[in-house]
Amino acid sequence: MNYTFHWRPAFRALPEMLAGSLVTLQIAVLSMVIGIAIAVLLAVMTGSKSRWLRGIAGTWIEVARNTPALFQIYIAYFGLGQIGIHLDSYLALLAGITFNNAGYLAETFRGGLRAVPQTQVRAARSLGFGPIAAFRLIVLPQLFRAVFHPMTNQMVWAILMTSLGVVVGVNTDLTGVTQELNVRTFRTFEYFAIAAVLYYLIAKVVTLGARLIAWRLFRY
Amino acid sequence: MIEIENVRKSFGQLEVLKGVSLAVDRGEVVSVIGGSGSGKSTLLMCINGLEPIDSGRILVDGVEVHARSTDLNKLRRKIGIVFQQWNAFPHLTVLENTTLALRKVLGKSRAEADAIAIKQLEHVGLQDKLKVFPGKLSGGQQQRMAIARALAMSPSYMLFDEVTSALDPQLVGEVLDTMRLLADEGMTMIVVTHEMGFAREVSNRVAFFKDGLIHEIGTPKQIFEQPQRPETAEFLGSVL
Repeated sequence: MNYTFHWRPAFRALPEMLAGSLVTLQIAVLSMVIGIAIAVLLAVMTGSKSRWLRGIAGTWIEVARNTPALFQIYIAYFGLGQIGIHLDSYLALLAGITFNNAGYLAETFRGGLRAVPQTQVRAARSLGFGPIAAFRLIVLPQLFRAVFHPMTNQMVWAILMTSLGVVVGVNTDLTGVTQELNVRTFRTFEYFAIAAVLYYLIAKVVTLGARLIAWRLFRY
Repeated sequence: MIEIENVRKSFGQLEVLKGVSLAVDRGEVVSVIGGSGSGKSTLLMCINGLEPIDSGRILVDGVEVHARSTDLNKLRRKIGIVFQQWNAFPHLTVLENTTLALRKVLGKSRAEADAIAIKQLEHVGLQDKLKVFPGKLSGGQQQRMAIARALAMSPSYMLFDEVTSALDPQLVGEVLDTMRLLADEGMTMIVVTHEMGFAREVSNRVAFFKDGLIHEIGTPKQIFEQPQRPETAEFLGSVL
């Protein structure tokens, strides 16, 4: 083996890579926020009386969960481009991951709703709560607890999935920045090792943060 | 007064109430006995409007429960109900379980709600569990909490839907004792139960329910000692 490690230039690129990490985190957070909103809608649609709404939601969930995230991002970039919808790299990556998040989270929310027994609503209504108050005060807190940990997992997934953006030319996130540094210097091992550590740290911080929130919030 | 007049109700093809009539006076304790699946629980759900009915009518203090103009949320404050299980709100402490409706439905201040709730929780013997979550309580304690939570709304009527059926045998006694206490205090109660001893000792009247109909109603003495209908005798023979 005649590869000599050169860590010093790699460490000098750390500020650039940290800036990339922020972009990674930004995409993940945005894809989760929008994904959660769509997932709530999809979860409601799966219980709808309309066959159309059920069909759309069902298809979304099936495709999102059973095809590679990489393809979903590809389709957002190249596929939509072919039918005249041109998203730039960043938006295509965001759209792809959001699509994926929404599909997974819709199932999570559906399961969460089922985890709160209907008898809880009954008990609340019998005390004189209206349907909205019963949902807000009795169902929602229990639902939130049921979906909290799956949501945390999905957030970690979203962070890691952002690395796929490199295939559609995203060059501002952690992987994009790392790849550019690599192409410039060919210190592949050093840069990607540092990037891996950064991904690991971001994921850990998110998990620990979630655990802290759970500990504060779920007292029972 | 609760007046049930010729109430019919079906779930799809299955008719569960086939013309039930029953009047319960203030201060009266009526036990409803009968086999499982005979429609007893459905009847209770109809009384506080949790279930719609197909025909007939139910009046609570002269207000027709299923009339379109009736404000059910308001009417339900008069009628406390305790179910077989899953009564407790798991994310709230015993005290919060009991104060939530006081604050959010009746609009009482926290201090006022706490005072009422603590009084009712003392009533059912849970004064030292205020800060405990229901998951840490026994089934019997959870049911007593549910009773206190209903009582906190100062209802005129209490409905009990097989409240001891899901409990371990050694926990049944404490819940029945609580209900006995209420009966002694003059609470108007309709009690759907499989506890024949309770029905016999505590009730003013006992109704025997079978296949969606009240087959026989009378004092405990009448029902348990001289049942008039063969169905009643047969049922009692099978459970006693």
